[in-house]
Amino acid sequence: MQIGIPKEIHAGEKRVATTPDVAEKLMKLGFTVAIQTGAGEHADLPDDAFRQVGVTIVDDAKTLWKTSDIILKVRAPESQPEVAADEVELLREGNCLISFIWPAQHPELMDRLAAKKATVLAMDSVPRISRAQKLDALSSMANIAGYRAVIEAAHHFGRFFTGQITAAGKVPPAKVFIIGAGVAGLAALGAAGGLGAIVRSTDTRPEVKDQVKSMGAEFIEVDYQEEGGGVGGYAKLMSEGYQKAQREMIARQCIECDIVITTALIPGKPAPKLISAGMVESMKDGSVIVDMAAEQGGNCELTVPGQVVVRHGVTIIGYTDLPSRLARQSSQLYATNLLRLIEELCPGKDGALNVNMDDEVIRGTTVIKEGSITWPPPPPKISAAPTQKMATPAGPVVAPKAKEPAIPTWLSASLAIAAVALVFGFIGATAPAAFLEHFTVFVLACFVGYMVIWNVTPALHTPLMSVTNAISSIIAIGALIQISSPGTLMLVLAGLAVVLTSINMAGGFAVTQRMLRMFRK
Amino acid sequence: MSEGLMSVSYIGATILFILSLGGLSNPETARRGNLYGMVGMGIAILATVFGPKVTSYLPLVIAMALGGGIGLFAAAKVKMTEMPELVALMHSLVGLAAVLVGYANFFDTTISLEGVEKTIHEVEMYIGILIGAVTFSGSVIAFGKLSGKISGKPMLLPARHWLNLAGLIGVIYVGALFLHADGQTALIYLGIMTAIALLFGIHMVMAIGGADMPVVVSMLNSYSGWAASATGFMLSNDLLIVTGALVGSSGAILSYIMCRAMNRHFLSVIAGGFGTEGGAPAAGGMQPEGEVQPISAADTAELLRDAGHVIIVPGYGMAVAQAQHTVFEITKLLRDKGVDVRFAIHPVAGRMPGHMNVLLAEAKVPYDIVMEMDEINEDFPETDVAMVIGANDIVNPAAQEDPNSPIAGMPVLEVWKAKTSIVMKRSMASGYAGVDNPLFYKDNNRMLFGDAKKMLDEVLSALKAG
Repeated sequence: MQIGIPKEIHAGEKRVATTPDVAEKLMKLGFTVAIQTGAGEHADLPDDAFRQVGVTIVDDAKTLWKTSDIILKVRAPESQPEVAADEVELLREGNCLISFIWPAQHPELMDRLAAKKATVLAMDSVPRISRAQKLDALSSMANIAGYRAVIEAAHHFGRFFTGQITAAGKVPPAKVFIIGAGVAGLAALGAAGGLGAIVRSTDTRPEVKDQVKSMGAEFIEVDYQEEGGGVGGYAKLMSEGYQKAQREMIARQCIECDIVITTALIPGKPAPKLISAGMVESMKDGSVIVDMAAEQGGNCELTVPGQVVVRHGVTIIGYTDLPSRLARQSSQLYATNLLRLIEELCPGKDGALNVNMDDEVIRGTTVIKEGSITWPPPPPKISAAPTQKMATPAGPVVAPKAKEPAIPTWLSASLAIAAVALVFGFIGATAPAAFLEHFTVFVLACFVGYMVIWNVTPALHTPLMSVTNAISSIIAIGALIQISSPGTLMLVLAGLAVVLTSINMAGGFAVTQRMLRMFRK
Repeated sequence: MSEGLMSVSYIGATILFILSLGGLSNPETARRGNLYGMVGMGIAILATVFGPKVTSYLPLVIAMALGGGIGLFAAAKVKMTEMPELVALMHSLVGLAAVLVGYANFFDTTISLEGVEKTIHEVEMYIGILIGAVTFSGSVIAFGKLSGKISGKPMLLPARHWLNLAGLIGVIYVGALFLHADGQTALIYLGIMTAIALLFGIHMVMAIGGADMPVVVSMLNSYSGWAASATGFMLSNDLLIVTGALVGSSGAILSYIMCRAMNRHFLSVIAGGFGTEGGAPAAGGMQPEGEVQPISAADTAELLRDAGHVIIVPGYGMAVAQAQHTVFEITKLLRDKGVDVRFAIHPVAGRMPGHMNVLLAEAKVPYDIVMEMDEINEDFPETDVAMVIGANDIVNPAAQEDPNSPIAGMPVLEVWKAKTSIVMKRSMASGYAGVDNPLFYKDNNRMLFGDAKKMLDEVLSALKAG
């Protein structure tokens, strides 16, 4: 089968869907690869580089679309009268198209593609599960966009990022505030931090706090209790009270910071307006806002999508083509994502496509299968967000000895409770007071032990066992008392017991200490 | 020292013991936890010795000095790889001590109780000796199995469940007789019960397969706690009760955690017979097909050097060969070269809980690159080389792929998902569970045959040379 890579026709789009390196690997999978002439020139990938690895160069788009069975693209197909092309028209009936599609935003495009009996895989619909990470083009593009956002900001910002004390005076470090700590936000954190700025970030999803901290940035929390993690690790729309608290926090940061980078997006919804005109006005002159959500309407009220504007002395960057501005890098990563997808689609390495709808990754990515629309997919089974660990495992609560619950949990639980109640009732009715005192202590101690042990990390199980072993030599107390009782027999028995427990006591503690001394970070 | 002061000291000791267990939940606080334990023990002993009930000091001091000396000597001498044996042996000491204290209590003429209190006291004594005896004999057998003096294969008597049941009924029956007997006769009944308990302990551990040893060790740990607790009831000593209960419940939970890690039912482990149900091990699962592909130490070094991400899966074989230091040398070298090396520890790797962690810690492997199975299992597909050192059952894909396998359903480390997996092994013999391993026959798997230490040394020198 032939894979064809047309030149992108979207104005200003510099990326290309494959590179010579990747094309070579595609050919190893058994495909032939053809590319439209000049497709890679804006990404510094001339035709010659492709020709050298054996890619066919095709002169015009029409021939390429006609001869290829699989089309790899970056942007969704569109119609550009200036270049006299309508890519959907060009697509041969029954062929396969892999590119960004954004099915939710483009229903009419979906209908037209379906009418072509095409099979369409959308790189924006790759399910967010661990196995699919290698083909997650959204993440790799967001990573580039985040980096580029900082570079653009630095370009328009009139000062150093890093603080310096020089003979010519002191330069304060720039303060960068990043709203939304997704892939783009984290990449921006890293880039800004690398340039020496003081970096802060916020996000509605509390689980990203550690990720922000791991990048060496400060996490600013919204002073309001609400969980913001939606399905698949994306953010969701927050309540009114939360939004108010969030606005106040952002307003404070705007006054304080020099550069604000916003990345807040909610899938399928317009970007939330987080920065009002008033907040822009409150910012210092010469500050920069990079609105990475400009394409979805922008997080800032004053953003003009696709342009750089100056409002109230603040430069507001609304570029919607940040990845394309780093075309070589984006093409390389995007091409690799495509390669990984094709590897999944072609497990036999025989140059034939197998759209296996039982595979969770392929199922999620495929939006049109042979003319029938299969989008949206069923919700992913595994969330990319870390599943919260259960604080107390729902194991046995009645007594530690009640081990594995039998088949219906409620039944075994109630049986266990009944049994324990029966035993307790019997003891309470017959045993003398002195015994009950001890019994109380015993039961309480069991519970304390139960609670304490659940927290032990598996790495420490051996030291724990040897320490509990050492502690169990407390039985020596009994022997110590008995040793003073009259009679040789007593002396021998108790004395022997003391020797044994002493071995255990001294040995147990010493060996634990020896083990623990070795645990180091 | 007055009674009141003694009670207060006991409370202090109890609190210290709880803090000690709590402290061990985290590597940062673990040493402090151990210290709390020592101080608690010291307070408890001193309070007892200087308490009103103790009058003869000489035998006491001699006994403690003797025992303490032996203990310290053993602790200093033991190799880290022999840790499981040592712990098992120590459990047996506690069990034996419980038995001795129980008997001493029986002979104690100073105790005079009447009516219900007498009955309860005798029941407590009976149970204390019973648990002590089971702990003792069970631990001795566990020690034998762990140190290789007894075969690790489960010994299964016909009708073993009935034997256990008969033992239990016998113990209850003799117990009833014991309660109604006096003097010499009572002693005989006590002796009979002790014999049954000892046999029961032996039988119980003999029936448990080697792969389940970590569960057994922690279970015996639990028993030694219950024995101490029962002794506490007998002597009306709250400190003993509390401490025993702490140790007992902690051991029980540890065994439960282990069992859960292996996806096994606690009861079926205790009842024994792992890896033997449904016929002979080989017949239990499908026979793996394909060729085993050996690899040389030099080629292994080559693979490691070119890798970006490496995960090392250590097992009991690393412990036996004492290879942990070489492993760390290799790790250091690779990390210096920019290779991302991490360790994946299966919850039941080795012969006791946390065994691998202790060994790696001994070799000074930083604990933040040592991962648990759940943390790292998802990362294997992105891993270039997964190196399995002397582990077998914990990386056996049959657990997931073959529903007839005796280890079906047990969570395993998915090393076969790495680009290449290298298994170091002395021979093609099967693991402790006696199950064949289809991993060895996979296309992306290579076998590095030989003693783990020797082969790793060769890999290390090849790495240094290259």
